[in-house]
Formats: sequence, structure tokens, C-alpha cells
Amino acid sequence: MAHAHESNTKRIWYVFGLLSLVTIVEVAFGIFKPASLHHTSILGTSPLNWIFIILTIVKAYYIMWAFMHLEGEKSGFRWSIVGPLVFLILYLCFIILVEGDYVYEVFKEGHLKWIF
Amino acid sequence: MGATVISHEDALDGGPGPLGATYGKMMMWFFILSDALTFSGFLAAYGFSRFKFIETWPIADEVFNHFPFLHGVDAPMYYVALMTFILIFSSVTMVLAVDAGHQMNKAKVAFYMFLTIIGGFIFLGSQAWEWKNFIKGEFGAVETRGGSILQFVNASGERVALAEFAKVLPEERVQHTRDKGVWFSGESSLPSYSVAEVMEGFKANPNLLIRTEFIKDKQKVVLSREESLKRLEDAVYVVEGANMYRNEYGSKLFANFFFFITGFHGFHVFSGVIINIIIFFNVLLGTYEKRKSYEMVEKVGLYWHFVDLVWVFVFTFFYLV
Repeated sequence: MAHAHESNTKRIWYVFGLLSLVTIVEVAFGIFKPASLHHTSILGTSPLNWIFIILTIVKAYYIMWAFMHLEGEKSGFRWSIVGPLVFLILYLCFIILVEGDYVYEVFKEGHLKWIF
Repeated sequence: MGATVISHEDALDGGPGPLGATYGKMMMWFFILSDALTFSGFLAAYGFSRFKFIETWPIADEVFNHFPFLHGVDAPMYYVALMTFILIFSSVTMVLAVDAGHQMNKAKVAFYMFLTIIGGFIFLGSQAWEWKNFIKGEFGAVETRGGSILQFVNASGERVALAEFAKVLPEERVQHTRDKGVWFSGESSLPSYSVAEVMEGFKANPNLLIRTEFIKDKQKVVLSREESLKRLEDAVYVVEGANMYRNEYGSKLFANFFFFITGFHGFHVFSGVIINIIIFFNVLLGTYEKRKSYEMVEKVGLYWHFVDLVWVFVFTFFYLV
């Protein structure tokens, strides 16, 4: 590490402020649940849920890049960690959630009563 | 070109490895990668079950609405938000410890490590409180023959606890334990009321209605009085709180996933605290001062941030979405 001895305290507090702000925004959305975002649907779920997911990824980015200091690592190292994560998680979620939705349809359309 | 021999005498100490990182740090990262995939598997499994039972899944805001010292007040989200802050803040003190390590400032590293450990314990305590509320439950419900959970509401849709209306009937049912009766069989503690007591109480209170598990327009469906009376005839169990078999919140898998995922995360926090304590004592003993590098603090720091990272996702998928 080339910059091993310099202090990053300012950046740390900046990122803390940012993570806190994002969390507060999430909680505010979670409590008030604006009807226009909560009761509509895009791409399979409500816009509110998409906001939550995007803000979560923003938080994850800052934790990994600033706190875990990925921004100081070589890009090859960075990719060897983030690449498999992004690819495998997206794939896993895609295949499992599609299957879950399919099972829901089967239960709903089927002749077997499963909850009564 | 002759063969180049590079001597790495410090390699045994986790010295320079490929990609500009030491072996120790790299392996910590790849461990985190695999652990992250494990958690993704759990959360994806949670997503599967939720998609499968999308119409009957419990609404998180109605389950996790407790806050210390605010008994009976509906306070969704605040408590988990507080837990998130505790964990983010302990992440900050950890990264400050790593930063102080870069400056070879032993006292500061020890101080920030100490704060991180305290933060970890506070988080674990908060989680224990959350579990206690979840297991104890607040209102109670009944389960039907077909496995669906029926909850009780008053005319304005507010939840009503069993204790508020259940009649006390002259029936006595003693918990069956191993020491009284057949030695190899026992049962878990009995609910406070029997099904008959709940039924009688329900019939005697004409303004009570039954709320089903089904969600319509993001709200649980409430039955009419006639439908409620008819529905209640199917009740076979009184459910209070949550265990691994059934819970008063709704889908059985909901409690199982809650226990498993937050439990597994809590276990990670616990082991993180233990590792932090070990490293904290090493710092105090001057181990890293002698080694002229605080990289070990950085490595446990990575693990600690990872625990925080997982919580960010658990927070989103259990409490927000």
C-alpha cells in the first residue's frame, strides 16, 4: 500500500454521515410509505421496494469501498472479489425467485387446497 | 534470460502476495466472499419462500413494532434502525482503529478497538431483546385445521390480544411433563387459553372480527362477523408468540427464517466480538508494535465490516421490503 501512513479520518466520517443519511431516508420511506410508491408496481414489485434495494446497494458500495478499503486495492483484486459476488448473486436470485413465483402460481391454480 | 529467484523471507509472515495484497488479507477477503455467498443463499431462500407464499406472508411492520420503554406503542422500524446505527457506528470505530494502526499509534488503536467491542456487545444485546419480543409475541392467535393463522381485531381494525376477551372456563389441563406420566414423552408449555376459551370469549364479544393471513392491497383481509364465527370453528390450536413449529404472525417459515438468518448473523457478530477481543489484547501486549505492522487489526476489521454489510442486507430484506 503506497499510502499506508496517511490518515483518512475525514473520509471515514464523511462515509459515516452518508450511511446514516441513507439509513434515515430508508426508515422514513419505511414508516410513511407514500401511496404512489407503495401501491404501484414496476418490474414485478413496488417502486418503494426498488428504492430500498438500490439504497442498500449504495450502502454496500460505501462499506466495501471506503471501510473495507477496496478503493485502495488493485483493480484485479477488486474484480476477483466483486465479480463473482455480483454474478453469482444475480444468477441465484434470478433463478430462485422465478421458481418461487412459479410455485406460487402452481399452488394458486392447482386443485389442491394447501391453506384453509 | 536466466531464472529469477525471488527470496521472500517474510512470506511466512503473510508477506507480499499476488495482486498487491498480503496472503493473509487476500485469504480474509476470499473467506468473506464465500461467507457472503452463504448469506446470499439464505436470503435468496427467504425470497423463494416469500414469493411462494406472497399472498400470505406476514407484514414486517406489524411484527417488529416494539421499542424499549414504549410498551404498547406501535413503533415499527425504529428499533431495527437503531440496531443498524449501532452496527454502522461500531464499523466506524473499527475503521478508525485500522487508520490509527497505519500511524502506528498503539493507544489509539486500543481505544477504538475497545469501542468496537462495546458496540458489538450492545448490538448482541439488542438482538436478544428483539428475539425475546418475537418469541413471546404480543396478541396471540389461533391456528386452523388447515394450518392458517387467524388473528383477532376490533371493529376499527386494531389488533386485540387473547387476554382481553378469552373467557376462563372451568376446565383444567396440566402440562404433561416427563416426570409426571410416561417418562419418554413430554410437551412444551401450554398456551394461556384453550381453544374453547377463545371461542367462548369471541362469541361473547360481538365487535370482534377475525383477520386472515391473506393480503389484499397490502393489507391483511378482515372477515365479517358471520364469516368470522364460521371460520373460528376450524380452530385447533392457540398460538402465542413463536417457536420453530408455529408462530402467531402467520406463515410458519417466516419465524424459521427469522431465527435462522438473524441467528446466523448474530453468531457472526458474536465470533467477531471474540476475535476483536483477542486482537485487542494483542494490541495491548504490544504484539503488533513488535511486528511493526498493525495488519492483523486490518484483517479482523475486514471481518467486522463484513458483519455490518450482511446486516445492511438483512435489514432491507427482513424489515423494509
